[in-house]
Amino acid sequence: MRDHALVQLTLARTREFYREPEAIFWVFGFPIVLAFALGIAFRNRGPGELRVGVLRAPGDSALAGALARAPGLNAAVLDSSEAQVQLRTGRVALLVVPGDPVVYRYDSTRTESRLARLEADAVVQRAHGRADPARVADQRVTEPGSRYIDFLIPGLLGMNLMGSGLWGVGFSVVQARTKKLLKRFMATPMRRSHYLLSFVLSRLLFLFVEVAALIGFGWLVFDVGVRGSFAAVAIITVLGSLSFAGLGMLVASRARTIEAVSGLMNLVMLPMWMLSGTFFSYARFPEAMQPLVKALPLTALNDALRAVMIDGSPLAQLGAPLGVVAAWGVASFVVALRIFRWR
Amino acid sequence: MPHPPIRCTGLVKRYADVVAVAGLDLTVNARECFGLLGPNGAGKTTTIEILEGLTAPDAGDVEILGSRWTGGGGAAARALRERLGIQLQETQLADKLTVDETVRLFRSFYSAAHSVEEVLALVGLEEKRTAWVGKLSGGQKQRLAVACALVSRPELLFLDEPTTGLDPQARRQLWDVIGGFVAAGGTVLLTTHYMEEAERLCDRVAIMDHGKVIALGTPRSLIASLGAEHVVEFALADGAARAPSTAELAALPGVRAVRAGVERTALTVAEVHRAVPALLALLERRGAELSLLATHHATLEDVFVSLTGRQLRDA
Repeated sequence: MRDHALVQLTLARTREFYREPEAIFWVFGFPIVLAFALGIAFRNRGPGELRVGVLRAPGDSALAGALARAPGLNAAVLDSSEAQVQLRTGRVALLVVPGDPVVYRYDSTRTESRLARLEADAVVQRAHGRADPARVADQRVTEPGSRYIDFLIPGLLGMNLMGSGLWGVGFSVVQARTKKLLKRFMATPMRRSHYLLSFVLSRLLFLFVEVAALIGFGWLVFDVGVRGSFAAVAIITVLGSLSFAGLGMLVASRARTIEAVSGLMNLVMLPMWMLSGTFFSYARFPEAMQPLVKALPLTALNDALRAVMIDGSPLAQLGAPLGVVAAWGVASFVVALRIFRWR
Repeated sequence: MPHPPIRCTGLVKRYADVVAVAGLDLTVNARECFGLLGPNGAGKTTTIEILEGLTAPDAGDVEILGSRWTGGGGAAARALRERLGIQLQETQLADKLTVDETVRLFRSFYSAAHSVEEVLALVGLEEKRTAWVGKLSGGQKQRLAVACALVSRPELLFLDEPTTGLDPQARRQLWDVIGGFVAAGGTVLLTTHYMEEAERLCDRVAIMDHGKVIALGTPRSLIASLGAEHVVEFALADGAARAPSTAELAALPGVRAVRAGVERTALTVAEVHRAVPALLALLERRGAELSLLATHHATLEDVFVSLTGRQLRDA
């Protein structure tokens, strides 16, 4: 059993990977670093800390005092030139010029600025004696699953599956080809199917660690849970990993040099880094682009992962995205096998 | 009558702008160590890779252990590969696997194979068993490559320039390994551009140039074909001005052939003790001053030079 060619090939593949510290970092460390940095940077997103400037003019300190007392606003008195700079660079969302009328200076295309104007105006009106006729009360809700980190972790998981699938398979195949190791294997009775299958198997071994590391990190540090079943996550990640391994095989099927395959790899991955909704929702792209964006395997994989992790959807509802992922994988494997350069 | 391990006829292989192999016939007999000797670019590697079934010839017929190569990774080709051991010239084994892991990997491709211990003992790498391949010396890497070729207990071993780039000691160690394989009843086809290697190791040698075999025989018979056993080389301090003519040199007693090179002139000589005094007397009469005088036993190098007019190493 241990001396079976498939076992030995898989072991060799696996050892070569874990004996490469750089590879370990990019596959396991990098996504966690990224999740940590982005999770920290965006943890208090929302209108909690709007900065408002008050232009130095008669009545400025009273106005600034009233604004600063309002929850969610932060006010400072600024000189004219300083105020211009801070407004332009977005360090203050709104500049209030005291006087009669009170002037609000802001960029109306910025959500934050419009929000700051509403908040500031309420303060100004009340200061001038407006009374609110209706009694209201606030009830604040923080729904787990609606934070940025909840959105981000499944996306990073998808992106990582893409990266490690493409690099893990593509790079090793081309390296074996440039070092004439592939040719040497061809001089033995090794079965070609065993060679290709060994990549898939070693990917699956690492997949488990990769997924567990990122999900475990999200859960421990940011309390990102999995609403759906772990079995569903496992099935989706295996499918995604196989699909990207196929794509990696395709990218590596002809390339003779590491440079060539690196270029191809980036060519394949770059559109998906940008379009597939890893860091922000792909709904922001124009309507006309949506069919294209949704046809990308990473988009489909991210959608499926988010559906399970955030919404708790059962697998049965994910036929469409999983179909897209599987179709890419099957098509890539078939084409790769046909055009593969065995030496 | 049993099949010879290797038989090929009329091999031709063309690449875009060169004819690498130009009509080559070869038969290698069982239990013999056969050498393809020739300069770089003579077509040795292309020939051996055609015989190994890694390159398809444009024309010609190849029979290995009585079978013909069938395409790709089919069952017939794999059955034949079970019986071969192959070392390729440019293969770099994975740096981050240990010696043991590498041999074990290659071993797993064969249905009958040596144990890892056995094959490492054959090539003398027992002590490096747990070392990473990347940490081995050039000679150790080559012995590992040969170990990967031997692990299948092959009947026929192909070695493509197994000792190129190795120091003399590492080269001798590999010769011992190859010699041991032949002594145990194996057949070897190796390529080399070291004449010394071919003379030491090979039962028969084919000298190749420009994709063809230009001489074939035992090293001894090839050298004997020069008609004399010694080579006397000399060079003159003042160049060509006072040099004796080729005809004058050929007329000296005991001289069988003369080759005037750019820097030095070589005489193929049957009797050194008669030819050298005569040569010195001739130069004395001409008033020419020697800057070099050397004699050596004739080698395959001299055979190559006499056939092509070029040196083996810089041809």
